[in-house]
Amino acid sequence: MSGAAPMLETRGLCKNFGALEVAREIDFRLERGARHALIGPNGAGKTTFVNLLTGVLAPSRGQVLLEGEDVTRLAQAKRVKRGIARTFQISQLFRGLTVFENVCIAVAERMGVGGAMLRPAGAHEAVIAEATRLVEMVKLAEDAGRRVAELPYGRQRLVEIAIALGLAPRVLLLDEPAAGIPSAESHILLDAIASLPEDIAVLIIEHDMDLVFRFARRITVMVSGAVYAEGTPAEIAANRDVRAVYLGSALDG
Amino acid sequence: MNPVLPAAQEFARRHRLRWWEALPWLAALGAFFAFPNYLSFGTQVLITVLFALSLDLVLGYAGIVTLGHAAFFGAGAYTVGMLAAHAGWNEPLSGLAAAAAVAAAIGFLSGLVVLRTHGLTLLMLTLCTMALLEQAANMGAAWTGGFDGIPGLSFRKILGLFDFDVLYFRSQYLYVLAVLFACFVFVRTLVYSAFGQSLTGVRENVLRMHAVGAPVRARLVIAYTISAALAGLAGGLFTQATGYVNLAVLGLDRAAGVMIVLILGGYGRLYGAFVGAVAYLMLEHQLAKAYPTAWQLGVGVLLVLVALYARNGILGLVEPLRRRGAAMRGRPT
Repeated sequence: MSGAAPMLETRGLCKNFGALEVAREIDFRLERGARHALIGPNGAGKTTFVNLLTGVLAPSRGQVLLEGEDVTRLAQAKRVKRGIARTFQISQLFRGLTVFENVCIAVAERMGVGGAMLRPAGAHEAVIAEATRLVEMVKLAEDAGRRVAELPYGRQRLVEIAIALGLAPRVLLLDEPAAGIPSAESHILLDAIASLPEDIAVLIIEHDMDLVFRFARRITVMVSGAVYAEGTPAEIAANRDVRAVYLGSALDG
Repeated sequence: MNPVLPAAQEFARRHRLRWWEALPWLAALGAFFAFPNYLSFGTQVLITVLFALSLDLVLGYAGIVTLGHAAFFGAGAYTVGMLAAHAGWNEPLSGLAAAAAVAAAIGFLSGLVVLRTHGLTLLMLTLCTMALLEQAANMGAAWTGGFDGIPGLSFRKILGLFDFDVLYFRSQYLYVLAVLFACFVFVRTLVYSAFGQSLTGVRENVLRMHAVGAPVRARLVIAYTISAALAGLAGGLFTQATGYVNLAVLGLDRAAGVMIVLILGGYGRLYGAFVGAVAYLMLEHQLAKAYPTAWQLGVGVLLVLVALYARNGILGLVEPLRRRGAAMRGRPT
């Protein structure tokens, strides 16, 4: 049966903060190899939804299933091990460490050697080889020896992606990867996103509609914590209600 | 094949020994021959180095801000003292092992609780742990000697060969130096390991560390336990070297003192403990001689200067020079 199950699925997912409902009965499917975008106005609950998927928040009701398997009760670290990785809306990096060290920490955890005490970190050749591959993949080879804090913000976003890929994810959740990047730098990020491995199911939260419509093969619109509409980019673009609540002038022009 | 990244090469080599890492040990051995009249002072410096090194592991690497590290120093000191006074257990090396074990146990148990918290709460809870132990030592007078402590302890020969007595400064100094060296090799191995790297990750960004699937709390508890064991060793050495133990081993003065040592030398740098201990104790020694009533004023002024102009301690002042030197030779730092 698991062959038919979507990569990631939620059923009736709800989250309340007191009387405030930030997720309402969300039924959502992320297919294998998906290129799926989640859009919606600010405060629609998109980041909350990511936090529910990754286990940062526990839902009030409902289920999260990874390949048909219920992971609702699993802690964040366990879900990461099962293949759910994310990037953050605001970069969450090891700022005092180099790009290469940042990626190595993630890869070492994934390979299960993050707690190894007696062997130097630099002696784990598999970790170093994988980190090298990832740093080159996101085109940060030139900056690999620089401290993350010294990098322009756009490149820091690439480090986020390299770290997430270092976890060998089956599901990759990109929370506003282009947020805060000057447009002059955004093409690097677009290239990196476009060249993500095909077998990873990607969910991207993004406000930049150019990016969304270029990247996504499916779009979910969220409003006030609930799924408002879902469909192909053409269907969403043609949906009058969606245009009214969210897209507005972005597509009229 | 891709050309190998310089950063990857650097990463693969960074744990290798560098020439200047021999300097503290050469200095310690040099001092042994150069200042035979100051060996008891030197022993105190070495013990302080070990204590500060244990603090560096949690404070400097894992970013656990503790103000109660003397709890473990004191636990080790009292373990050795009480075993010698009440159980006749005065063999030095096994006494040290017991000190480390007791301190580690207290570190593990208190760590399970206090490491659930962050920031000021964590700081207060580490203080509380220490205060509880201090009061326990104060009130359990039958075992601990209460306020007076346990004076006049003596210990057997080290390995049955070298006289161990408060009057035999030479063997004591070398004994403490040997223990410090063994502990240092261990700590150095730890901080350059993937485990040490993950502690640095926790310090730099705990949110991200969770998101890469690291068992953050377990790592912190392990580091805290190891650090407690090392502090316990330092405390055990203190009792063996001085031949007494009293409440001062457990107090806030000692906890704050070791933190000052580490900040002065530079935390998260492994060698900050050495530089800081030597600088602080020498300064204290000289100032106390010059101004017996007001020497702490001098320490205070120095701390203000460090806080204002040398945030990364004395070693932090040297680093830009080293980096510049390396850049001039065209090597990555």
